[in-house]
Amino acid sequence: MPGPQPGAKSEVALSLEVNAPPLRSSRYSPLGDQIFTWAMLACGLCVLALVGLIIYELVTKSSNSWHAFGMNFFFRSEWDPVNEQFGAFPFVYGTIVSSLLALVIAVPLAIGVAVFITEMSPGWLRSPLAFTTELLAAIPSVIYGLWAIFVLVPLIREYVEPFLARHFGWTGLFEGPAYGIGMLAAGVILAIMVVPIVSSITREVMTAVPRQQREAVLALGATRWEMIRTGVLRNARAGIMGGIILGLGRALGETMAVTMVIGNRPEIAKSLFAPGYTMASVIANEFSEATSDRYLSALVEVGLALFIVTIIINMLAQVLVWTVTRGTPARANV
Amino acid sequence: MSSPADNPSEFTAPQISLWRRGLNNLVTVAAITAVIIVLVPLIAVFGYLVYKGIGSINWAFLTQTPKPPGEVGGGMANAVAGSALILAIGSVVGVPIGIGAGIYLAEFGRNRLGDLIRFTSDVLNGVPSIIVGIVAYGLVVLSQGHFSALAGGAALAIMMIPTITRTTEEMLLLVPHAVREAAYGLGVSKWRTTLSITLRTATSGIITGVMLAFARVAGETAPLLFTAFGNQYWNWKINQPTAALPLQIFTYAISPYDEWHKQAWAGALILIVLIVLSVSAVRFVAGRGMLKGAG
Repeated sequence: MPGPQPGAKSEVALSLEVNAPPLRSSRYSPLGDQIFTWAMLACGLCVLALVGLIIYELVTKSSNSWHAFGMNFFFRSEWDPVNEQFGAFPFVYGTIVSSLLALVIAVPLAIGVAVFITEMSPGWLRSPLAFTTELLAAIPSVIYGLWAIFVLVPLIREYVEPFLARHFGWTGLFEGPAYGIGMLAAGVILAIMVVPIVSSITREVMTAVPRQQREAVLALGATRWEMIRTGVLRNARAGIMGGIILGLGRALGETMAVTMVIGNRPEIAKSLFAPGYTMASVIANEFSEATSDRYLSALVEVGLALFIVTIIINMLAQVLVWTVTRGTPARANV
Repeated sequence: MSSPADNPSEFTAPQISLWRRGLNNLVTVAAITAVIIVLVPLIAVFGYLVYKGIGSINWAFLTQTPKPPGEVGGGMANAVAGSALILAIGSVVGVPIGIGAGIYLAEFGRNRLGDLIRFTSDVLNGVPSIIVGIVAYGLVVLSQGHFSALAGGAALAIMMIPTITRTTEEMLLLVPHAVREAAYGLGVSKWRTTLSITLRTATSGIITGVMLAFARVAGETAPLLFTAFGNQYWNWKINQPTAALPLQIFTYAISPYDEWHKQAWAGALILIVLIVLSVSAVRFVAGRGMLKGAG
């Protein structure tokens, strides 16, 4: 009997039987396996087909508007359904400003939380804290919106906006009447929603940094903060960047909470107190009321742009996270 | 706090300067502050939900349909039922496809097609929910000619599939290869091995994935706006516009009526209780099964 074939990996046992037919039960028929393989393949192809369908739907349904306005669509500020003149610039502006505002608030907090949980927290507190921050991600967007309308917005109107106007009004970012509703409220509620994403990715990449890195830096006489800065954060920075970009992707596509507090006016104002409008919000508010073909098509084109941007952002984020966590064992969900 | 200065050996480390120690303490305080700031909204959201919601939940709220604006009373029973209908449709469509795709990736997907599907599934996971709504509108609502529970269910199914696919794959890959080989060694065919050995071993992990996907879409509003659309009355037909809990919360929250605001809080409380229950169920299942220490 021949020995194990070179190169045979886990099928050593089978390779001993080279001359005999493969060991199968008497009821074995290849048909069952074939049907099974094809059925599972069909499910897998469904995923491909879905993304294909999304792209097809968005592209075909937006062609009317694309042919009418071309690339200019994204640089025009007019949004006039009655005269069928559409330009998406105020929505693009509102989406970018509200998302960036959210990141400015959320990123330091999220990194602070991640640093505390992975490097400073006593062991017994680690798991409950991680679970609690992740619970923030499980709250539906519409509930954040509800809470924002009745709790956050009055708070911002009564306290935050007068304070900002008094002390930072000279920057021009905080002036005008304090409605509460507006870009600032949208940025704050988005920040609350983005924190758990950024902090859980940051935690993941920080955990992936080898222990020896920390020990080596500590052995050189570093304080804990110096150890975190040079030993951990510097090694994990690409992954943290990935987490931030992932948070940006979430903020860009977030619909309900923003729609409920941003004010929904297609205006471009320097002040963060002013109402605005985002790409996702305009679709949510106007899609089911869009009567003419071109109106609908313009809304779908806004959706297409949002789709392309979020896809690129998510891909970029994944590559960045992957560069840090690659090669480390499956993460333990702290 | 360990500092080399405390080291009793003959090596004398330089004293850590006041500035470095101060900075270290400052950062520690900052990190703790960040944790507190992040926890405040969480506590505030839950606190307000319970505080505002519990007073408005009563028998009428749980059993009646909405009253016209201005009238006191009425409830969201039809919205709860509508949500259940839409989620059921979403799960019936999404779960088998998601699990099937996960099986394909884990058992047959070590090739370029597998990589492509894996990548596409991640792409699908990142698609904003409002865009899924547009697509379901184009695919189902336009071809049927009206809004329907079916369209809402289709949108939710699209959102469930990528999550389920990737967790199923992960869980199946955790099953040791020896288990499969043992089955093959007994002459069991590939399909029976996968379904009754591999899949069964990974069941608790896969249930976790399904429940996570379910909890995620249960609160989705944006993809239902122009698919399920909402309805003031009871509806059990899958091809008719249907009320849904998140939609109803949205409509009531942005309305100018105090009575509706109260009901929005009550609806939100019910929604969050349902979601937290399913997430805790996940933790419970995951804590017991083979997932322990792995997921």
